[in-house]
Amino acid sequence: MSGDNIFTGLTEEHDGDARWAFGTGFTEALAGVDTTLPAGVDGEDLATYCRMLGDDALVQAQRLVHWVTDAPELEEEVALANIALDLLGQARLLLARAGQADGTGRDEDDFAYRRGPAEFLNVRLAEAPRGDFARCVTTLLVLSSWRLALFGRLTESRDPVLAAIAAKGVNELAYHREYAVSWALRLGDGTPYAHERMVEAVADVWPLTGELFATHPVEAALAAQGAAVDPATVREEVHQVLTQVLTGATLDAPAPFPAAEPAGRAGRHTEEMEPLLEELQRVAREHPEATW
Amino acid sequence: MSTTAQEAPPGADEALQADFDAKIAANQRIEPRDWMPEAYRRSLVRQVSQHAHSEIIGMQPEGDWIATAPSLRRKAILLAKVQDEAGHGLYLYAAAETLGVDRADLTERLIGGRQKYSSIFNYPSLNYADVGVIGWLVDGAAICNQVPLCRTSFGPYARAMVRICKEESFHQRQGYELLMRMMEGTEGQRAMVQDAVDRWWWPSLMMFGPPDVDSPNTRRSMDWGIKIDTNDDLRQKFVDMTVPQAEKLGVTLPDPELAWNDERDHYDFGEPDWDELKQVISGNGPKNAERVERRRAAHENGAWVREAATAYAEKQRSAREVAV
Amino acid sequence: MSNDDVTPARPEWPLYEVFVRGKRGLNHVHVGSLHAPDGEMALHNARNLYTRRNEGVSIWVVLAENVTASSPDEKDPYFAPSGDKVYRHPTFYPIPEDVPHI
Repeated sequence: MSGDNIFTGLTEEHDGDARWAFGTGFTEALAGVDTTLPAGVDGEDLATYCRMLGDDALVQAQRLVHWVTDAPELEEEVALANIALDLLGQARLLLARAGQADGTGRDEDDFAYRRGPAEFLNVRLAEAPRGDFARCVTTLLVLSSWRLALFGRLTESRDPVLAAIAAKGVNELAYHREYAVSWALRLGDGTPYAHERMVEAVADVWPLTGELFATHPVEAALAAQGAAVDPATVREEVHQVLTQVLTGATLDAPAPFPAAEPAGRAGRHTEEMEPLLEELQRVAREHPEATW
Repeated sequence: MSTTAQEAPPGADEALQADFDAKIAANQRIEPRDWMPEAYRRSLVRQVSQHAHSEIIGMQPEGDWIATAPSLRRKAILLAKVQDEAGHGLYLYAAAETLGVDRADLTERLIGGRQKYSSIFNYPSLNYADVGVIGWLVDGAAICNQVPLCRTSFGPYARAMVRICKEESFHQRQGYELLMRMMEGTEGQRAMVQDAVDRWWWPSLMMFGPPDVDSPNTRRSMDWGIKIDTNDDLRQKFVDMTVPQAEKLGVTLPDPELAWNDERDHYDFGEPDWDELKQVISGNGPKNAERVERRRAAHENGAWVREAATAYAEKQRSAREVAV
Repeated sequence: MSNDDVTPARPEWPLYEVFVRGKRGLNHVHVGSLHAPDGEMALHNARNLYTRRNEGVSIWVVLAENVTASSPDEKDPYFAPSGDKVYRHPTFYPIPEDVPHI
């Protein structure tokens, strides 16, 4: 690199690994992946499934970004922004795939900005209010453990695009979970006050966990076609992970996940969803003809 | 870290001072363990920590738009950018700490309103074009200010600036690219861009500080290699760079006196409203109270989290000691 | 909100020095420092701050107080930004050739 003369550094062409301490090896998640719909996989179902997973990520990211400028420490703002960026990246790939699979050619922004609450298929835990930092950590712990279990299996999906998205996401989600675990331990086994905050957070989050493992008919159908994962199949694994983490954090072993029907997956949301989307979509909707 | 003159044996301070002066004269970096005059250290602490605070407070005007960015691509870009600013703040706090101050103290000074940050961030951001204009003009001005600082005499500060400048280049370009896209868009979008340019142009010029005649510390800071160019020189450089970019973009800079001067080989431009700058610096800007309050609330609301992490680390250490 | 009844002790997170191996075959290089409650969190923070989580990067964190230093004339290498998300790179933003100085 150009050492002292940063002026030339800024105007040089940005090619060649040498100029960057950590290389320029960007990996396009979908580079070289065949995007044609595999035989025997229903396009409509695949699109719906991609919207489910994409909406989970988008809505969770939307909650997380509010921690940036508002976290307990600057380092946490950087970390939570990283996690939100990862989720946003997953959402974009999944929503784009939905538009391919259903044949409408809708893009990521069509899905993100031009649907109402009832058309969003994310689980309700993703839209739950962000609460305090213990709540943030607990929600992240549950969602990342669950999503990691799903994505681990989705790397074998018969849809090569979904498999590629999952393969990229697994590394990201493993980090999200690691981050959540490290804070769950520190809050649970730190001070008595933080311990109480964690107890409360787990109590608040738990009623919303049942839905994560409730199989929607589309998930069942697509799982039978080898393209999706039936969330009921990861129930045990996720409960074990959470039990290990929470007891490690000197909290009580969690109750079983409550029984639940698909709610968010069927477009039925809490009252939180409307204001969340109002904020997400406001500028885009004010300028329907605009390009950004 | 630094040895004070009082601790040194008689006559040694002159030798140390001479050694320091020689390093500065030879354009060498001063490193944290080197002897340095106390006034040099104090000036640097002030400059680096104000710079760090500016990065952190500077997250807010744009941060407000992350949740409502009008496309997912823009959302990701803006989030990455605001995150970078947190990173820049952290690099700079780390550089300040090599001078023997504590980041927790610097944070207390910021949220107690006892240390300043760049006045530009006390202006509100009112429409999405502000995101673009902040990138183009505010980050552009910051680059003009900061690029010379990559050669500043204090090693840790210079190294932090190298990294920051490279990332700022992404910030400026994303801003300009957003504005280009908006200028190619609807009439409404073009109006948003012009409105944002009208509001941010003069505050951007003020980012270079008061005119040289009113900048008492400039001379000494330049002798020490903490400051490389004068405020007015940098301001001129910024105007010269920016006017052709504005023409390309198709926006009008709100200064009737702006004109190319063949004799000077520079653009002439009008005088910023220095009274306004003084008002904003002394805490009467449109957003001063709100910006500091937000940071204070985040810090205080997060105290229990930091305490828990400290307590946990303490427990782990005791457990390890017992085990050994 | 916390410690209503006790004097709030300001927890001092210790300072760690961060060393990064950019790629295999290279040495770990000092890139800066940061505060963290313990080594594990220091690694988290270093990863987020100094590498933005690029894969294949190895990080060491060392308590600053455990560093024994020799002379003041150390020459720390300059460091450069990480290559990670493509939109962090200036050239991700197509700007016409004829726009000067960007």
